[in-house]
Amino acid sequence: MTKKILILLFMLIPINANALIEVDITRGNLNPLPLAVSPLSIDEESRKGFEKILKKENIGSEISNIVENNLRTSGLFNPLDKKAFLQAPDIANLKPRFEDWNLIKAQALITGKVNYVDDKLRVEFRLWDVLAAKEMMALAFTTVPNNWRRVGHIISDKVYERLTGEKGYFDTRIIYVSEEGPKTQRIKKLAIMDQDGANNKFLTLGNELVLTPRFNPASQMVTYLSYFKNMPRVYLLDIETGTQEVVGDFPGMTFAPRFSPDGKKIIMSFAKDGKSDIYTMDLENRIVEKITNHPSIDTSPSYSPDGKYITFNSDRSGYQQIYVMKNDGSDVKRISFGNGLYGTPVWSPRGDLIAFTKLHKGKFYIGVMRTDGSGERLLTENYYQEAPSWSPNGRVLIFYRETKTNSKGEGFSAKLWSIDLTGYNERQIKTPTDASDPSWSSLLSN
Amino acid sequence: MRLNKIFKNTLLVLAACLVLSACATKKEVATDIQGQMQGDVYTGTDTVEYLADGVPDRVFFATNESILTTASRETLRAQAAWLRKNPNINVVLEGHADERGTREYNLALGERRANAAKDYLMTYGISSDRITVLSYGKERPVDSGSNPLAWSKNRRSVTVKAN
Repeated sequence: MTKKILILLFMLIPINANALIEVDITRGNLNPLPLAVSPLSIDEESRKGFEKILKKENIGSEISNIVENNLRTSGLFNPLDKKAFLQAPDIANLKPRFEDWNLIKAQALITGKVNYVDDKLRVEFRLWDVLAAKEMMALAFTTVPNNWRRVGHIISDKVYERLTGEKGYFDTRIIYVSEEGPKTQRIKKLAIMDQDGANNKFLTLGNELVLTPRFNPASQMVTYLSYFKNMPRVYLLDIETGTQEVVGDFPGMTFAPRFSPDGKKIIMSFAKDGKSDIYTMDLENRIVEKITNHPSIDTSPSYSPDGKYITFNSDRSGYQQIYVMKNDGSDVKRISFGNGLYGTPVWSPRGDLIAFTKLHKGKFYIGVMRTDGSGERLLTENYYQEAPSWSPNGRVLIFYRETKTNSKGEGFSAKLWSIDLTGYNERQIKTPTDASDPSWSSLLSN
Repeated sequence: MRLNKIFKNTLLVLAACLVLSACATKKEVATDIQGQMQGDVYTGTDTVEYLADGVPDRVFFATNESILTTASRETLRAQAAWLRKNPNINVVLEGHADERGTREYNLALGERRANAAKDYLMTYGISSDRITVLSYGKERPVDSGSNPLAWSKNRRSVTVKAN
């Protein structure tokens, strides 16, 4: 996935009307906005052109399906059944007959057109406010045909942003650990897929145990833990080139890596002599700094988005709790004081919240609290779940869940799930194998 | 009469519960009665292998703990004696946690458990040069069950010959 593949030519038609439709995403949305995603219209010549290259009968419909699926899974929108649409896609894109769309109770309408131009895919789309009978947005892109799925994701992001006032999270990828085999001998591989589960690809072969991959927020680099040669160490992987290198080659186990928000440092734990402390490594000059110095276990560090603070997990009080400190390790404050154990703190990309895993009375919870520890809110309870990772807009958390085995030790599974910050819209994310340790990328475009 | 018998049995179970501080469920009591756990530390021999005659290869831990029990110290003294007798053998101490904890914390906990065993071997004269510590966290359970007995078998440090 290189930069050159997305040649975006933003043209276009200025938006002259203020949005009348507003989707409030701060509350649980029990009444998702009804909208119509009219299939992108396509002329016969273009259709044939794309059919030849992409092996898709109608690329216009395929792109619309991506948009429809994204908007539906966000939980904020309710895409209406296409069978009820009265207007043909090409005419709707020219001038929608708003009464028709009003009749089927669509409040917003997405239309568009696909062309095959100079071996390129040209897509234009429009977002219409049905009640106000106005165009809200119009954009066009030109890109290589293979990028058609991403075009669908970018349209989804634009629509989401226009209707909610916040950036979307659809043109993103998820890196995770694929799991296979019996529970006592799991084979684990790094795998990557688009946010909607498409384009799944394995990045390692499963010869060695790999854990906890995390995206660099500033590039397509990943840091993870590998047991290569039975030496658990933090590694760096360039997804584009496949180059791997060890970065945490200390005399002991390095683990729990994450990037700093600018992507220039890795923060991780280094375990030696029964103590785990937090260290950073500057990726450019390889200078290592020790951030915590305590006989306890200090792990799962995560930077605030401005890079000034670090939240981490420590058992210095006797049990696993969540702490916040300045980025130089000073001013350490415990922030979790509820009942139970707290782990895996992750700072929201918006800066205001820390997501965590909580263990209380034999149940695992994914929750959020403010960065001073106030306002704790548990989003979901289960037999086992952990490792939340934020969508780049800070509205959705992805995590993994494991099932309890029966008395014979059978029935184990590990799956990815996502839930809105509101506590609504809990969904399983389908993966070809069992899966754990998800990490959400930044937006690939814009 | 029959009622009386049931009543007596109930009393017995209750008494057992009172004796065992870590009594959470009847099932747990049952496993305790079988003599495989003390508190929540595994005391059975199901999964134990032997480095040599009378030298068990592993020690077990309580939940979230890395403290060596009396039995564990005995096992490690036997391992130290065996290592002294076999000066050419080096070992890897593999530390493990159960599945009821977050992955990263468990990696650290496994390391801490293996180091507890290492420290003890060292106080019995084994050079740290001969010992490598390797934590698997919760990645390599021996028992795939989701119950307290299975978890107790999985909270362990295993001494493995490295050469």
